[in-house]
Amino acid sequence: MKIRGHPWQSAALLLITVVVLLYGVVYPNLSVVVSSFQRGGGWTLANYREILSQRVVIESIVSSLGLAIGTVVLCAIVGVPLAFLFERFTFPGRRFFAALAALPLVLPPLVGTVAFIFLCGESGILAHGIQNLLKLQNPPWRLRGWPALLLFHTYTMYPFFYVLTGAGLRRIDASLAEAARSLGASSFTVVRRVLLPQLTPSLLAAALLTFMTSMASFSAPLLFGGGVRMLTLEIFGARQRGDFAMAITETVVLAVISLAALIVFQRYEGTRKFAAAAMKGAPRRRANIGSGAARVLATIVAMFFAIVLVLPVATLFLVSFAQEGSWTTQTLPVAYTFANYKRLFGDAHASEVFFNSFTMSAIAAAAALVWSFCIVALLRRGGRTASRFFGEGWRRLLSLLVLVPWALPGTVVAVSVAEAYGQSSALLGSFVLVGTFWILPVVYFLRFMPLVVRALQASMEQVDPTLEEAAGSLGARAWQRFVRVTLPLVWPGAVAGGLLAFVIALGEYVASVLVFVPANRPISIAIASELRDFNLGAAAAYGVVLIVIISISMMVAGRLERWR
Amino acid sequence: MAFLSLKNVSRSFGSTRAVADVSLDVAQGEFFGLLGPSGCGKTTTLRMIAGLEKPDSGSIEFQGSDITNLPPERRGFGMVFQNYALFPHLNVFENVAFGLRARHKTKAEMEERVTSALELVQLPGYGKRAVDELSGGQQQRVAIARAIAIEPALLLFDEPLSNLDVSLREETRSELRELVTRLGLTAVYVTHDQEEAFALCDRISVMVGGKLMQTGRPRELYEQPAEISVASFLGRNNLIKAMRLSSSKTSEGEFKTLEGEHTLRLPVKHEDLAPLNKPVYLAIRPEHVQLSTSSNGATNTLPATIREIVFFGATSTVHVDANGLLLESLVLGTNGLKVNQPCNVILSPEHLTLLKN
Repeated sequence: MKIRGHPWQSAALLLITVVVLLYGVVYPNLSVVVSSFQRGGGWTLANYREILSQRVVIESIVSSLGLAIGTVVLCAIVGVPLAFLFERFTFPGRRFFAALAALPLVLPPLVGTVAFIFLCGESGILAHGIQNLLKLQNPPWRLRGWPALLLFHTYTMYPFFYVLTGAGLRRIDASLAEAARSLGASSFTVVRRVLLPQLTPSLLAAALLTFMTSMASFSAPLLFGGGVRMLTLEIFGARQRGDFAMAITETVVLAVISLAALIVFQRYEGTRKFAAAAMKGAPRRRANIGSGAARVLATIVAMFFAIVLVLPVATLFLVSFAQEGSWTTQTLPVAYTFANYKRLFGDAHASEVFFNSFTMSAIAAAAALVWSFCIVALLRRGGRTASRFFGEGWRRLLSLLVLVPWALPGTVVAVSVAEAYGQSSALLGSFVLVGTFWILPVVYFLRFMPLVVRALQASMEQVDPTLEEAAGSLGARAWQRFVRVTLPLVWPGAVAGGLLAFVIALGEYVASVLVFVPANRPISIAIASELRDFNLGAAAAYGVVLIVIISISMMVAGRLERWR
Repeated sequence: MAFLSLKNVSRSFGSTRAVADVSLDVAQGEFFGLLGPSGCGKTTTLRMIAGLEKPDSGSIEFQGSDITNLPPERRGFGMVFQNYALFPHLNVFENVAFGLRARHKTKAEMEERVTSALELVQLPGYGKRAVDELSGGQQQRVAIARAIAIEPALLLFDEPLSNLDVSLREETRSELRELVTRLGLTAVYVTHDQEEAFALCDRISVMVGGKLMQTGRPRELYEQPAEISVASFLGRNNLIKAMRLSSSKTSEGEFKTLEGEHTLRLPVKHEDLAPLNKPVYLAIRPEHVQLSTSSNGATNTLPATIREIVFFGATSTVHVDANGLLLESLVLGTNGLKVNQPCNVILSPEHLTLLKN
């Protein structure tokens, strides 16, 4: 049904949207691109010639791509079989693992990295344990370089494949597999010729997410990348050195690679859409693993993965109670204390850090929530006004612009905002954000608003359109239809999306490290500086508090989404 | 002046013409049916009456005033949706009261009208229930209660019974008709089920491919279909391709069938309907195709052979071949009839209908 609103409402919505997108997405990204082609006020390709002639830059491009591809392959190898195992079979321990499976997704990358160092680093629990057990002179391994990065990336990103493959498997009508079996296909053939082709969209989406996340990865390469050069690190390094031209040009390269990946994946995905069969299907049932040996094996696999998943977090908890200086060559810390937490909550400096992160994340999440309603309302009702200004393709353009910050690595978003709002310009109507408190809330908003918009859109899609029609036929005006029918049905989803944006912003590090100022020092910066000062217990305590806050928020978000 | 009147209404979706030039009148107090196969445009027509779709051209008038551009909330028509469209976040009472709240009724009046609406659909005391606790049939009744609670000027039904199982459907059907009559309401009812339309409606419009083919009382439509599409959609029909013979008189047409080359006689009312030397279709219902093993010299007796007998319980369908002309006959008993047996087929003139084009 066409929703008829007052023309001025649509015009106001359109104005807000255009202003935010112009100033938040179009202008910063354009100004980075423009600056990368400029030197000394004139147009030139010199920046590109310069960076592409440097071996380190080429090397960093190649290793970023290589790490991303390697990560995709490893995550698929781990995630897809696990999804099949847990989605299609039932055995003791299945539920336990399934509950833990997505754990790495909610760990902030920096906290995950820190936990990993405590567990697997050369002076971590595992290495010390083996060293002490076998009485070795040196630690048995060093957590450095490619193997370390691939291991950590697989741990943190395999859930993309696990979750999306699982969801894809649940969507597939069970009767299709039954039909294939009745036509004489073996169960292997069923997987290969019936299930996998239908899973292609899910697998592609997972591959894209993994690729993009790996391209944007920063904390792990920074803390244990060793000699491996990554684009995100090079950009950070160039900015630290004050070589802004180089940082900006490398930022453009990173952005182009990420957007190219998005376009390639989406183009391919478009060719592999399967019309969902509208017929009533047989309900899917998980097969019970009958044979004793297979059952034991499946349970062992599940238990092993459960332990692997929990260990880093458990380590973090343990270390957060370790007394300063009590953990040198021993396997486990020898003395335990509450001092780390006491410091966190007693110290004015530490509580200021929490206050900063909370305020900035709350501002960003609340703004994203309001913004998501603007976008969705505009997409639904602003048809005529928007078409007049932007032509018929405006919906696609709008959705694309909203999506852009999501597709760009955090490094790119931070660098572009810093570049665009470094000085005020009356001509462009820009203002100074760099060096102020507001730069981080703005960056957080831009990075995470696509998440909230998607959450709200997903909730909206679940609302049966005939409900609003029914409300209309019963005499409810457009506003009443929205407030009394649509809003009560969609707000839990939108708020859950806002909560997710809030907790991700709370642990944000990649962008924060580039543009933070003393006035808005966030939690992640505090963790990194504690780590640098070898205050391991304090760093871990920060991480634990973040994890607790995130867990509570995710539980609330999960409740909200199931609420209807 | 008609109560509700559609004038040359058209609606396209992209390049498909969903509704093409539909005109119809509904009288006050009438139970009016829109019947047709799926995708024929009947639901789109109903949605245009409700105001949920806007016609590309043409106009809709209600009690003499043009409502073509009136938004649905200002029409005051109650609508019952195919999937009921009950608000999942509201309980039964709140669902039924929804339209009353939009009209800012007082609490007491709301209470009274919801209670009486729930009583009318035989769900008294169900107000506090959540809608997803109800069975399909009960949800259906809530949807009807919600639509009648606003005392609608017109009641619109979009295949409301199609989600119910057969026995419940027949029971609800008669209750629905009784309720609408008792409240003195005017209703427009969309369905693809011919039996349902015949049982419920005073008058029916048959739609095929976006066009309105024929409007009439159920019996008229069944016995005197004007078009091939109507004849073949409403129940089973034998369609016989034939050519009018030049020797036929104006009051009694003589036709030669193209298959079998039999001569058939039937009364012709409109001379213009049967031009010479142009193939036309004659229709006869299977139940009117008589089979006989003896010859009694009746008009239109054709020699034939029985090809197949399909047993349906109370009735059987007999497929016969009259020298290449294949016909279906519906008989009550198959006494004495056997496959490959010769017999006589009698197509009595009063049951043969001449179709347009």
